[in-house]
Amino acid sequence: MVCQDCGKREATVHLTQVINNKKVELNLCQECAEKRGFRNPLEGVPFPLAEFLSSMLSQAQREKPSKEPEVACSACGMSFSDFAKTGRLGCGNCYLTFRSQLNDLLRKVHGSTQHRGKFPHTTRDVMKPLWEETKLQEELRKAIEEEDFERAAQIRDRIKALTTKK
Amino acid sequence: MFEQMAKKPAVWLSGEGSNSQVVLSSRVRLARNIANSPFPSRADTDKRERTLSFVRNAVKKSANLSRGTFVNCSQLDDLDRSFLVERHLVSLEFTGLRDLSALLIGEKENVSVMVNEEDHLRIQALASGLEIREASQIANHIDDELSKSLEFAFDPAFGYLTSCPTNTGTGMRASVLIHLPGLALTREIEKVISQISKLGLVVRGFYGEGSDVCGNLFQVSNQTTLGRSEEDIVESLDRVTRQMIEYEENARKRLFSEAKEQIEDKIWRAYGILKYARTLTSEEVLNMLSAIRLGIGMSVLEMVSLSQVNEILALTQPAHLQKYFKKRMEPGERDRVRAELVRSKLGG
Repeated sequence: MVCQDCGKREATVHLTQVINNKKVELNLCQECAEKRGFRNPLEGVPFPLAEFLSSMLSQAQREKPSKEPEVACSACGMSFSDFAKTGRLGCGNCYLTFRSQLNDLLRKVHGSTQHRGKFPHTTRDVMKPLWEETKLQEELRKAIEEEDFERAAQIRDRIKALTTKK
Repeated sequence: MFEQMAKKPAVWLSGEGSNSQVVLSSRVRLARNIANSPFPSRADTDKRERTLSFVRNAVKKSANLSRGTFVNCSQLDDLDRSFLVERHLVSLEFTGLRDLSALLIGEKENVSVMVNEEDHLRIQALASGLEIREASQIANHIDDELSKSLEFAFDPAFGYLTSCPTNTGTGMRASVLIHLPGLALTREIEKVISQISKLGLVVRGFYGEGSDVCGNLFQVSNQTTLGRSEEDIVESLDRVTRQMIEYEENARKRLFSEAKEQIEDKIWRAYGILKYARTLTSEEVLNMLSAIRLGIGMSVLEMVSLSQVNEILALTQPAHLQKYFKKRMEPGERDRVRAELVRSKLGG
């Protein structure tokens, strides 16, 4: 079988990945496999992240807006189109700079935009309950706006339970 | 380096732990970055050095971690790196890293921490058999130890911040390495993989020549890291793995009731090849051992033990072989030496 990338050399590297019920099969020669980032036929295959991520980003996000200067992270200087090219962010501050675009991406990749796991050691006791309270207050505001007073009452009770536990 | 380690059994192949006939090993990996510092791909030499210093100091402050071995990438040649990949202590990406990356290997070799790979820290815990929860607890403990001296990049909404958004949140990748020859032979493996994928898990196989998966070994791991707790991830992977073990056992029973002769023949032929061949490639060994592992599980082969199989699997890997015999060898010589080693381990 011939390599699907170069069409010249014999395909000796065969890869099947099944993600979310979609099967992707690659049949490549050694050189093209290496070019794509698959180096040593030993361990699990590195996930072609840049491709996967760019397929997740919407068309609009992938194309650079022609006239406006791009927003860049104030800490490391990375722009969102830099990220779209490599699939890697530059620093923690990038998450804040590109919060809304990342929220879209994260929803597609993980099905969620809210961390439900552990908080770091140092911030665990203080930050976690504070964060939960803040989120509930946001929900309460929304419920009142939407005039869903029953839900608002439930949320208010949950806030009370949280704050009295302290 | 590592010549002594080559003689010791590798954690991922020690054959202990529950269900280790089908599930070879469990692994939990946590990705962490130091706060207010560019991620590795964006960090210059100074920043990378600073990360290394921070981590080195944090390790020194931990009684537990300071008993491990801290190795700089610059001290490792290509053979050392391949050896570490074979040992499941580092990722493939690690082997291509330039200077200013490092590796901490825990004293019991069930723990490793890569520094300046894709993220500042990649904490990994390995356990033999189906022991995801144990691996998770060990990794968690190391995370807590390190976070006493290091501040990790974290956001209450996005969780632990990682270089690639596909890891953000818990930063946790839990996986099992599972042997499914029954499902492969009954051709049900594709159906099972597709079912598992619907549950948010990723299935990958080892490479192999041609389109067969090598050695019928599969790595199953969680796909998402954000929006679920660490406990949820562990629990769902554990549940699905137990389900797969059941499917595999049923497939084996069916094979033995409907195609007993063919399967036994396949198993015995594999044993014959390993016992008498004069040259063997590592892929061949992987494939033959798959049949032998099945043979042991189905009580067809009584004269080989699981620990022999695991020892052979570990030592016949290319870098292991060269470390074991303390010399570099070209593929041709490796294939001969490998066959000799296998024959001697099988008492031939």
